Amino acid sequence: MTAAFAAALLDPGLPVPPGLTDPAGRPAGRRFAIYRNNVVVGLTEALATGFPALRRQLGEAEFRALAQAFLRANPPASPLLMFYGAALPRFVAGAGPLAERPWLADLARLDQALRESYHAADAPGVDAAALAALPPERLLAARIRLAPSLRLLSSPWAIHDLWSATGPLTPEARPTDLLILRPGFDPVPHELPPGGGAFVAALRDGQTLAAAMDAAGPDHPLSVTWTLLLTGGALAAIEEPAS
Amino acid sequence: MLDQSRSALPAAPGVGYKPQHFTGLTEDPGSVAWIEVHAENYMGDGGRPLAQLRRLAERFPVSVHGVGLSIGGEGPLDRDHLTRLRHLCDWLQPASFSEHLAWSTHDSAFLNDLLPLPYTAATLARVARHIDEVQGRLGRQMLLENPSTYLAFAESDWEETAFLAEIARRTGCGLLLDVNNVFVACTNQQTDPWAWLARFPLHLVGEIHLGGHHPDRDDTGATLLIDSHSTEVADPVWGLYAETLRRGGARATLIEWDNEVPDWPVLAAEAARAAAVLEAVA
Repeated sequence: MTAAFAAALLDPGLPVPPGLTDPAGRPAGRRFAIYRNNVVVGLTEALATGFPALRRQLGEAEFRALAQAFLRANPPASPLLMFYGAALPRFVAGAGPLAERPWLADLARLDQALRESYHAADAPGVDAAALAALPPERLLAARIRLAPSLRLLSSPWAIHDLWSATGPLTPEARPTDLLILRPGFDPVPHELPPGGGAFVAALRDGQTLAAAMDAAGPDHPLSVTWTLLLTGGALAAIEEPAS
Repeated sequence: MLDQSRSALPAAPGVGYKPQHFTGLTEDPGSVAWIEVHAENYMGDGGRPLAQLRRLAERFPVSVHGVGLSIGGEGPLDRDHLTRLRHLCDWLQPASFSEHLAWSTHDSAFLNDLLPLPYTAATLARVARHIDEVQGRLGRQMLLENPSTYLAFAESDWEETAFLAEIARRTGCGLLLDVNNVFVACTNQQTDPWAWLARFPLHLVGEIHLGGHHPDRDDTGATLLIDSHSTEVADPVWGLYAETLRRGGARATLIEWDNEVPDWPVLAAEAARAAAVLEAVA
């Protein structure tokens, strides 16, 4: 019974399962449609909450059509709806007409990364004074543990412009590294300077500050990225090698 | 099994907590004496949701209300989800934990609705087994909530109140009486909500829910009430509520408003209305 019920909830082409009735024992008909509607409305709402920037770009009607196609093919695998839609960026990239706007999949990844950041574990930042007191050679040899709420995302498109646009926009084709920081409770995406993405990725992967500077290349304006990390509460701990 | 004098929720109004009400609730709680949260919204690793809940828990008794355990489901309970619930209850130490007589997961697909089940000897045994597992894993008694329903199962051969009473007898769980669900389900099943209430074991009730519904129609034009939680509690539901308290005594009473959530003063006014009914039986 449950299998037929569940299948018919997600597929409006299936008939109402037998054995479901109204009070007079007649087939349930529209009464079953209430459940169908609840499922679709509830999951669409969860996706709308999770992907606000994608929704702004698509508009209400196109977003709803996308959400409904997605949720029928990919119902949540967990009751934690706050994380529902991790597969949506890939779905967008392969979704017929939407694939002609390839920046939309990256925008969905950005929405997803912001939401992950919002729910990530808290971490007190390092003490700025203690950091400033550390001799440069010791800092260069140290590994820097980044906050769990930090996310790094790159796109061939000017994705920050797209994220902040209030209506449909065709973004400039400009490779962009975005750093998502959560100084308090609200994640904010920042566009990184050239080399900044490689620098943060190296730190995230456990390399020393010196190695991360090498990875970023000579043109990387270190102070810009470093100030972002420091003021954005992204430096969770300085781990010096055992002497 | 459940003795209201041992219930940790006060016999006073509470509200289903919404983040947009944080300031209103903390600065001007009015008659609101406790809050309820949906467990699944507080299963992230950190950030604002957990920080707000931590602060609220310092001030208000908290009821944790699960909406994702699928106790009425055919398959086994989700062990990972039970572990998350245990973790939440361990740090929060809520005054109450409750879940639904419903299912929401099938073959690992979570359908995000409280779906109905037939009432038979087989489903009764399965629900009782699941509740034993929940209470064992959480190390605490849970409350089981009566559902709102839109259709019936031809195979059902247990009456709903007898089904709930028997589950409570077998498992030792308490019951959460959703008075709006009684009115919605009885209207939709074309039965008498007052008779339903007269059969229901009120002495097992640890908490009451009140919420809003809106009217629709089925294929034959018969009234079909939708359990929308998007409006004020309806007058006939207030009537059933007053009768419940008159017969069973004062109980912790939650105002549920989950969709088209109003500004704080509107919700606080609903809580004040429940407070007035509670005071009348005190």
